[in-house]
Amino acid sequence: MPKRILIVDDEPNIVLSLEFLMKKSGYEVTTATDGDQALAAVDRDNPDLVLLDVMMPRKDGYQVCQMLRERADLPDLRIVMLTAKGRDVEREKGLSLGADDYITKPFSTQDVVDKVDELLGAS
Amino acid sequence: MPEWLIIVTPFVYLGLLFAIAYVADQRARSGRSLVNNPYVYTLSIAVYCTAWTFYGSVGRAAQDGMSFITIYLGPTLVAIVWWLVLRKMIRIAKQHRVTSIADFIASRYGKSMLLGGLATFIAVVGITPYIALQLKAVSASFDALISFPDGAGGAAAGTALLGDKAFWVAGLLAVFAILFGTRNIDATERLEGMVVAVAFESIVKLVAFLAVGVFVTFVLYAGPADLVQHAREQEALRELLSFRDSPGGYGSWLGMMLLSMAAILFLPRQFQVTVVENVNEDHLRVASWLFPLYLLLINIFVLPIALAGLLYFGDTPVSPDNYVLALPLAEGNELLALFVYLGGFSAATGMVIVATIALAIMVSNDLFMPALLRIRHWPVIERFGLRRLIIYLRRGIIVGLVLLGYAYFRLIAETYALVSIGLISFVAVAQFAPPILLGMYWKGASRPGAVVGLVAGFAIWAYTLFLPSLMDPGWLPAGPLDGGPFGIALLDPHALFGLRGLDPITHALFWSMLGNVGSIVVISLLTRQSDIERIQAALFVDVFLRSEQDTRFWQGNATIGDVEALLARFVGEERARKALAHYLPRGDDPAEAAGRQAPPGLVNHAERVLSGTIGSASARVMVSSIVQGEALTFEGVMQILDATSQAIEYSQRLEQKSRQLEQATSELRAANERLKELDQLKDEFVSMVSHELRTPLTSIRAFGEILMNNPDMDGDQRHEFLDVVVRESERLTRLINQVLDLSRIESGWSAWQLQTVDLRDIVHEGAEATSQLFRDRDLALQQDTPEQPCYVKGDADRLIQLVINLLSNAVKFSDPERGAVRVSLATRGSFHELRVTDHGPGIPEHERERVFDKFHQISDQQAGKPKGSGLGLAICKRITDLHWGTIHAENADAGGASFVVRLPEAGGEHCDIG
Amino acid sequence: MADGDRQRSVRSPSSRAERLVALFAVAFLLLNYPLLSLFAGDALAFGIPVLYLYLFLAWAGVIALTGWIMSRRHRH
Repeated sequence: MPKRILIVDDEPNIVLSLEFLMKKSGYEVTTATDGDQALAAVDRDNPDLVLLDVMMPRKDGYQVCQMLRERADLPDLRIVMLTAKGRDVEREKGLSLGADDYITKPFSTQDVVDKVDELLGAS
Repeated sequence: MPEWLIIVTPFVYLGLLFAIAYVADQRARSGRSLVNNPYVYTLSIAVYCTAWTFYGSVGRAAQDGMSFITIYLGPTLVAIVWWLVLRKMIRIAKQHRVTSIADFIASRYGKSMLLGGLATFIAVVGITPYIALQLKAVSASFDALISFPDGAGGAAAGTALLGDKAFWVAGLLAVFAILFGTRNIDATERLEGMVVAVAFESIVKLVAFLAVGVFVTFVLYAGPADLVQHAREQEALRELLSFRDSPGGYGSWLGMMLLSMAAILFLPRQFQVTVVENVNEDHLRVASWLFPLYLLLINIFVLPIALAGLLYFGDTPVSPDNYVLALPLAEGNELLALFVYLGGFSAATGMVIVATIALAIMVSNDLFMPALLRIRHWPVIERFGLRRLIIYLRRGIIVGLVLLGYAYFRLIAETYALVSIGLISFVAVAQFAPPILLGMYWKGASRPGAVVGLVAGFAIWAYTLFLPSLMDPGWLPAGPLDGGPFGIALLDPHALFGLRGLDPITHALFWSMLGNVGSIVVISLLTRQSDIERIQAALFVDVFLRSEQDTRFWQGNATIGDVEALLARFVGEERARKALAHYLPRGDDPAEAAGRQAPPGLVNHAERVLSGTIGSASARVMVSSIVQGEALTFEGVMQILDATSQAIEYSQRLEQKSRQLEQATSELRAANERLKELDQLKDEFVSMVSHELRTPLTSIRAFGEILMNNPDMDGDQRHEFLDVVVRESERLTRLINQVLDLSRIESGWSAWQLQTVDLRDIVHEGAEATSQLFRDRDLALQQDTPEQPCYVKGDADRLIQLVINLLSNAVKFSDPERGAVRVSLATRGSFHELRVTDHGPGIPEHERERVFDKFHQISDQQAGKPKGSGLGLAICKRITDLHWGTIHAENADAGGASFVVRLPEAGGEHCDIG
Repeated sequence: MADGDRQRSVRSPSSRAERLVALFAVAFLLLNYPLLSLFAGDALAFGIPVLYLYLFLAWAGVIALTGWIMSRRHRH
């Protein structure tokens, strides 16, 4: 059974590109465009990994990440933050909130695929 | 009215006055001083108002109208700057133990005995007519009271000496002055009893004058308007109400004012009460408005009484100088008349007492003492002791001064009005103004200059005013000097050098001041000052820069015993010991110390103590007689002075600097805060820009890589991805352009082309530029512009950009099916209003302000990500700001949003920039 | 404005002297030719000659202003 990936970003083109990449790597993909949709999608689709954008309308990525980590029923959920703000503080903040990895936009498609494979392959 | 009552009343009154003075002296001794308050100080200054004011002003007003008032307006003007001028005189007088106006001049010009004597002489000769005036007024009022209505105010010049009441009045006043003024000889110990008595007299005369004024205005007549109405029925009285009748016109008006300005500062009695008797400089803060208020009150009824007097006594022989008394008498109000008589008596006695005491101190210190000190052995002094000698001397002088006034009165007073006599004195006193004022503010004023100036001014005064007053009995051109001595018309005392057109007083004032000021200035510029003059000049002019301790002159040797003996001879053993005690180590036996050398501070202190007793010039001579060696040279003293004054100046500068520094620090702190804020804003901006740039870049890169790594992708998908790459690249370009635009606009004005532009053209051009956008989205644009031009001042390119941004924003959010975008232009008052309305989703209330923030994106877009950069509206806001306009968003009636820009009309008040 | 405040506080030590001198100048002008000549006629105001009324009102005004300036505390 293929692993499920939830892609959350408010930029439709970025969602489109990630969706294409993940599907090509053999994952099942669902998408969301803001924080609330993301939380709903997690409940509905029970993904194994979330690619989570930070700067979004409604709840931002940090809030979503924190809320997901506070839930006891999702111990194995992997979270990878995506952000266009490439400063170290943001990376630290993302990791301290419980993200498994952190990718800076613009990203290399190979890197994203490698990181996702690594996180999901190890489990 | 019974004669005995009229005679006894003044005695009772004087007795009361003495009791008041006695109590005041007692309280002063027990440390509960009555004079240490600004109100007593102010009332004592009101000794300025004498019988001249009380009786003479009405006489003057009856003759000339309002010109009497100049004598009180001058002091009011001076009182405004008392805080600056008089305070300086007080400070100087305290530091140098100056006790009279003559001593002030002498001390300033190098402790000159010549100048002290000269000034004293001028003061005595000048004030004598003034004392005569008081005697005349008192005796005339006495006569008026006794013999009304028959005698009607003629003083008894022809009667025998012992039968003349004025003689007895003079004697009485002399005794009284002696009782008040000569119990203690150190004039720097204040005469508190005298001050309190004079202050009390000031209340009596004010209340008395106000009483008669109210009586005349409101009892005899039904108020001022009624009185004026009666007066205007007579042509002669009508003239008094306007300025036309003032003799000499505006020139005399100004002359009198200047004269009284000098008088309030330099009359010996005013110097005594304002400077010598001043306890606390702070009292000037009240006196400088309260004293003018006193003057205003005592003058407010002068004209009404004069008018009423003229109406009442117009053709009778009653002298206008006596109207104050005659009006209540004629109305049978004897009690009021007696009170008025007492008020006039108060005014006269106050003046005579203070003036004779002040003059007596001057005469004894500056005329007699220098002469006495020249005599080596004084058997008289051995017998009496120096202190008692000085006291007797002063008592004799007081008697002499009053007798001198009496003599002048017998000689001429019969023929002159009160005010005319007083003005003669004023001109004499005005001669003190140049040496004192120049001496206080110009270090270069020199002793020879002051001497020649005083002599010249006094000589001209004597020739043009005093001598004619003694010789012409009638003030009219009939005396021996008229037309000039020996027929030389140029020397006519009332038209010196042919100068005509001025009244005698203004004429004399002009020539004497010209001679006086001219001599001081010219001679001071031509002569060199001696060392001691230069020292004193520096100490006087810079008095606020130095402390009392700085005035050190003696560097020679004197033993403590010598100093003590010298002091004891003049001020008594007890005070000598007290003075010494400050300068001897505690517990040191003065008897043992006698042989030791006196410290310089002690010698200087001794000189100051002696100055208070015998005048500065004599004190210097006495001290120099016991000091072996030279007084310090100018350079020596200046070195000491400069050291301290520099220190003071330095500390003042330091204080100012530290104040400035404090201010600069807080300004810096504020600037720093602002910078930090700006820095943070810039940081955020950069972070936002970077975010916004990275977003399209991310798509471009991602799809670029996808396309590169998937060459076998099917055509449709490939086309879709390439399309994304192209659109995101366009987005990137747009973004970069707008960031550049924004930074250009943010940097402000410099590159702008300000001109008057028609907003209609701007709208058309904006519409033109965005027409492709509208076509792409199949949207219509509806333009609604008025007939008449809408001119604004601004940069056409920026304004077009504003329209373009608003229109493209509208395009982005409009739904083509719901209708056209509408742009309209209208004039509202002094503004032009540009309105762009779309048919999009509208803007929620809480977002309306924030849409103009940079990179702000409305979050709730069901169409997913908005298409803008987030900078368009920020740029609009910036452009309207810089055109003194406003922009805001509102929701249109049909749903959708309206952006409203208001710009001020060109030439309107809102765009007044250079 | 902030600028005005700053200037005033720097200049405050001499402000009383400056005010007094200015008031002196104003009073001198008010009580002399030519301003005085405006009231030299024999017209009446409230039944009182204008010259009398003007002189006393100007005088009272000057006194009030002096009092106001002197009663303000010195700033050091």
